[in-house]
Amino acid sequence: MKDFRVTPIRNGTVIDHIDCGQALKVLRIIGVTGDVTSTVSVLMRVPSKRDGWKDVVKVEDRELDPREVDKISLIAPKATINIIRDFNVSEKYNVNMPDVVKGIVKCGNPNCITNKNEPVEPQFIVESKDPVVLRCFYCDRIQEDFADRLV
Amino acid sequence: MTFKGMDVVSVRDLSREQIEQVLDLAQKMVPYAKGEKTTKILDGKILANLFFEPSTRTRLSFESAMTRAGGRCIEIAQPLTSSTVKGETLADTIRMVDGYSDAIVLRHPHEGAARLAAHFSSKPVINAGDGAGQHPTQTLLDLFTIRQQAGSMAGKKVVMVGDLKYGRTVHSLAEALAMFGADLTFVAPSLLQMPKETVKHLEKEGISARLCSNLEEVIADADVLYVTRIQRERFPDPSEYQKVAGCYRVDNVLLREAKKNLVIMHPLPRVDEIAPEVDETENAKYFVQAFNGVPVRMALLSLVMGGELQ
Repeated sequence: MKDFRVTPIRNGTVIDHIDCGQALKVLRIIGVTGDVTSTVSVLMRVPSKRDGWKDVVKVEDRELDPREVDKISLIAPKATINIIRDFNVSEKYNVNMPDVVKGIVKCGNPNCITNKNEPVEPQFIVESKDPVVLRCFYCDRIQEDFADRLV
Repeated sequence: MTFKGMDVVSVRDLSREQIEQVLDLAQKMVPYAKGEKTTKILDGKILANLFFEPSTRTRLSFESAMTRAGGRCIEIAQPLTSSTVKGETLADTIRMVDGYSDAIVLRHPHEGAARLAAHFSSKPVINAGDGAGQHPTQTLLDLFTIRQQAGSMAGKKVVMVGDLKYGRTVHSLAEALAMFGADLTFVAPSLLQMPKETVKHLEKEGISARLCSNLEEVIADADVLYVTRIQRERFPDPSEYQKVAGCYRVDNVLLREAKKNLVIMHPLPRVDEIAPEVDETENAKYFVQAFNGVPVRMALLSLVMGGELQ
């Protein structure tokens, strides 16, 4: 049987060590919604020496901005980002979840003042990084299912 | 440990030492709050009372406290008369009021409103209740009342009964009482029991509270009984309210099982969870508790505006 392989990319980004099952959310964060102009490879539930199983996303001709990396850190805190230039890994780093998350998640409490057209960015205190627990700085509410409210 | 200029949005903003400082000063304020003595501690200061939600006790007691301390109040008591109805954001209202006053007291229907106000105001902001969120001055006056009526908080058996899920006063009171080493019991139907989040927070502080649904089971050991109203307005579904309305009632029959010096408290208003006959007993301290709002708020206002009692 012929192996299906994901070929190396010339230029772009490999997001490795994504928690199993989170690859599609990572795609949403980086704006891959189906209408793409470069190759995107998604590997789900592949063996990982480090974590047992993992997901991997490769995007060609694309580098991530810090805001996207912060978002990825919330749903895949163990992910590594590899920037590929001319087939070589030119940069490699682990995502680093900030202690305070600002402007990238909406508060899940519909009655929170940040959901009421006030001129403030939603802000969250990272109470725990493993598992990820976010508390709204304004209304104090612990956030559930925040991956659906990434903005 | 200076209070001057400090915002008081949540009781978690205060250390144990700061809470004790407020309570100690509140004790000194009692004769002034009663009008037995007079003071000009906040002479020339202006407090902006912004009430975007109905309030009786909190608004009046802040006004009384400021007046007793020699200062003056300006207010929005009816949001319908304010520019909010014209579509002004809270942030803009706060920036405007910031220029008219020395401190701001805010009650607002949305959670987090006071934290937002603190962000936009250069003057101290005191949260007087934000939706189902925090109400720190209620917690402070509750602590003051328990200390005054029960002698201390450490080791006292405090039973909280009623709406422990939606009742905003009980969450922060439970956390503060834990800080002072009280023994806590939560009595509520399962629909209205203390949120897991609060129970977990208490466990982290080393306090394991008892949860049950039967008040008769625990009344005999209680030193303090903190009763709350089951609030119709906090229920998204009216049928859920009907299921639990009126499930606890404190009356003289129940009190036969209680300690003679049991302290009964209620943040008020009550509906029918405490029978009027209880008002005549030595145990009823809820009107003293309501009065205590004045000395406690006098203390807090003086501290955040830098007034010193001579």
